[in-house]
Amino acid sequence: MSLILDHVNYSYGDDTALAVHALKDVSLVIPDGQFIGLIGHTGSGKSTLVQHLNGLLKPTSGAIYYNGEDIHEKDYDKKKLRSKVGLVFQYPEHQLFEIDVFKDVCFGPKNLGLSQKETELRAYAALKQVGIEDDYFYQSPFDLSGGQKRRVAIAGVLAMKPEILVLDEPTAGLDPKGRDEILDQIAKLREETGITVILVSHSMEDVARYVDRIIVMNRGSVLYDDEPREVFQHYRELEQVGLAAPQVTYIMQALAKKGMKVDTAATTIGEAVGEILKALK
Amino acid sequence: MLRDITLGQYYQTDSVIHKLDPRVKLVATIAFIISLFVVDSWIGYAVAAVFLAIMIKLSKVPFRFMVKGMKAIVMILMITVVFNLFLTPGEPLVTFWKLTITKEGARIAVMMAVRLSFLIVGSSLMTLTTTPNSLTDGMEKLMGPLKYVKVPVHEVAMMMSIALRFIPILLEETDKIMKAQIARGADFESGNLIKKAKAMVPLLVPLFISAFRRANDLAMAMEARCYRGGEHRTKMKPLQYHAADRVAYLVLFLYFSGCVAMRVWL
Amino acid sequence: MGIIKTDKLTFEYIRRDEEGNVEGITRAVDEVDLDVKQGDFIAILGHNGSGKSTLAKHINAILYPTEGTVWVDGMDTQDEARLWDIRREAGMVFQNPDNQIIGQVVEEDVGFGPENMGVPTKEIWERVEESLKAVGMYEYRKHSPNKLSGGQKQRVSIAGVIAMHPKCIILDEPTAMLDPNGRREVIRAVRALNDVEGITVVLITHYMEEIVHADMVYVMDRGQIAMEGTPREIFSRVEELQELRLDVPQVTLLAHELKKKGVNLPDGILTIEELVSALVGLKGA
Repeated sequence: MSLILDHVNYSYGDDTALAVHALKDVSLVIPDGQFIGLIGHTGSGKSTLVQHLNGLLKPTSGAIYYNGEDIHEKDYDKKKLRSKVGLVFQYPEHQLFEIDVFKDVCFGPKNLGLSQKETELRAYAALKQVGIEDDYFYQSPFDLSGGQKRRVAIAGVLAMKPEILVLDEPTAGLDPKGRDEILDQIAKLREETGITVILVSHSMEDVARYVDRIIVMNRGSVLYDDEPREVFQHYRELEQVGLAAPQVTYIMQALAKKGMKVDTAATTIGEAVGEILKALK
Repeated sequence: MLRDITLGQYYQTDSVIHKLDPRVKLVATIAFIISLFVVDSWIGYAVAAVFLAIMIKLSKVPFRFMVKGMKAIVMILMITVVFNLFLTPGEPLVTFWKLTITKEGARIAVMMAVRLSFLIVGSSLMTLTTTPNSLTDGMEKLMGPLKYVKVPVHEVAMMMSIALRFIPILLEETDKIMKAQIARGADFESGNLIKKAKAMVPLLVPLFISAFRRANDLAMAMEARCYRGGEHRTKMKPLQYHAADRVAYLVLFLYFSGCVAMRVWL
Repeated sequence: MGIIKTDKLTFEYIRRDEEGNVEGITRAVDEVDLDVKQGDFIAILGHNGSGKSTLAKHINAILYPTEGTVWVDGMDTQDEARLWDIRREAGMVFQNPDNQIIGQVVEEDVGFGPENMGVPTKEIWERVEESLKAVGMYEYRKHSPNKLSGGQKQRVSIAGVIAMHPKCIILDEPTAMLDPNGRREVIRAVRALNDVEGITVVLITHYMEEIVHADMVYVMDRGQIAMEGTPREIFSRVEELQELRLDVPQVTLLAHELKKKGVNLPDGILTIEELVSALVGLKGA
């Protein structure tokens, strides 16, 4: 049970002079049950990559295998693949359309041709998994808060019972509170179900706390693919490709609590370094 | 990609035609189309053809670019030709099976084909050499006098230019929502017409909501930037006739009166 | 009186159910007093629904207070005769970069504000040029906005506001939809406006790292100002910030800098705890 990308290339606008090589020779193995962070800035190819995982885009060359089968074989059941590899797009709340929350979540399983009963059971379970209370089930999805809408949209994909859940920037545009809620919810879901999760983000801070493995994309290629602590060793290179830069007040606070004599008001790295060095002397 | 679709497909290059005032080009296009229906002799068509050929040459737009635009209407052209060819009564020219081609039919069919293709090449020459934006400006200015009879000329022009700005954005959004629904197992392709129409709901509802949200945001942003309709407004790029535009009008006048003259005396 | 002043600014809206019956009244902004000095850079923090965007829209006279008063450069925003003066003096940049660009060409969009104000053509061109240069987008003046990145689009929006020669500029979460690169670009442009042009800036955000250079920070919660002070003061009140569910950052860079200075830390430090315990361990050793 795994997803394998074998030398995948993708370019669009092939017939014009403006051909863009969006993916360059990407080879990846995604085994069962991993929690993966896929990181890269806008235009790095990460969104293009995830659309290959469920067959929405077809590689220009190379192949993708799900459980050993080539997903672009002629008779391959794409619909089934899409239920197994659930893809949650960026700003997924923009795809909500039904008159109430529950009906919207039913859309996915209904498309799979499941019975009414099974569809509803799945929708119910999925809504519970993302922490939406019963009170909201029969409200219009458009009346919910931003964070709630997004969770409903995620439930819409979960209701198809995917084995791999791919989330394209699930926290984009949310405030810190909404972001933490979504990420905690996903982490909890993974713990409970053992589902494979691929979290696409441009923020190291978001994924570092959760994932076992980080894939860094840059200009259509895989730049790093390793455990987080190994990837973070390359922080300078990461910065060069436009990723992450941290903040420090918290560390100063914690240090002060542990009895180190540092000025907790330091707000830049430079100040923090100075303070810590002073305190260590 | 969807975002690369440009409306009216402007062809970027530097030519005399490109530099003309959009009003000249609008007027010229209309005059040219009328001229096609004014002339009814082969000499007249030859004159129109020469006129058009010179304009294309001057515009520096490659001819194959024009032809590309023709592809879509080849079907309409064929149908017109076939209808005229076989259904015009008159002196029989050729007869096979039950179909008769008459002399008049052949004449009208060729004429229609010429008219239509000239018409399309002529108007695409305008869109190829004028940005949608300056086209809107040109229309606003040309129709300016209509505002005295309470036609909201400025508002219509503003709406057109906003539409032009948002079409690529909404196309991209359509693509995105469609993919998102396909990822949820939606099927936009199979089934009969009713089923297909029903399948559009999950696409259209979010699209409309998004369009309204954008409209709302945009209205607020415009108000915040002091927009209050056409009054008190100045123009960053006011339209002004230059020498070249006057020459163009003169050329156009000569061509058009030539066409009329041919109709009258030939 | 400062350039922006509010006195017990309160904004309520009425929630209605489907039949139009009143379900309740929400106080989005609750007796807020602000006084912003000309040339200041102030930041308003708060999570979604804290009332910060509603507050911002009052400064540009898009919303009017239910109770209390807002003055912009001494003009009461409820004074209809001054509406266009207020909107010219207090420019506004919104969150979604796509939904506030009107022109199909960058320079035309920047010229939109001055056109509306009736600025003579020649001066519009001068203003467009200087505004685009101020945000570093001059070389893109002939581009279509659709082909720009999010950060570039926001810079164009900022230029569009500067071209109106405002005394202050209010940015309502201008970076919320951008990636880290875009965020940095925009914040750099905003700071330059404040430092170089002396324009008063009101930055509304939920990203902590963007407020470091502000003169004054207001943290909003449930329509009220929950905290106010300099960034230094605000940042030292970590627990309160945590309680308001505001952001907290990460640490790899700091660990590395420390290592470079000869501090003996293990490789690949990821969390605060790791760094802290390592540092404390060093101190103890």
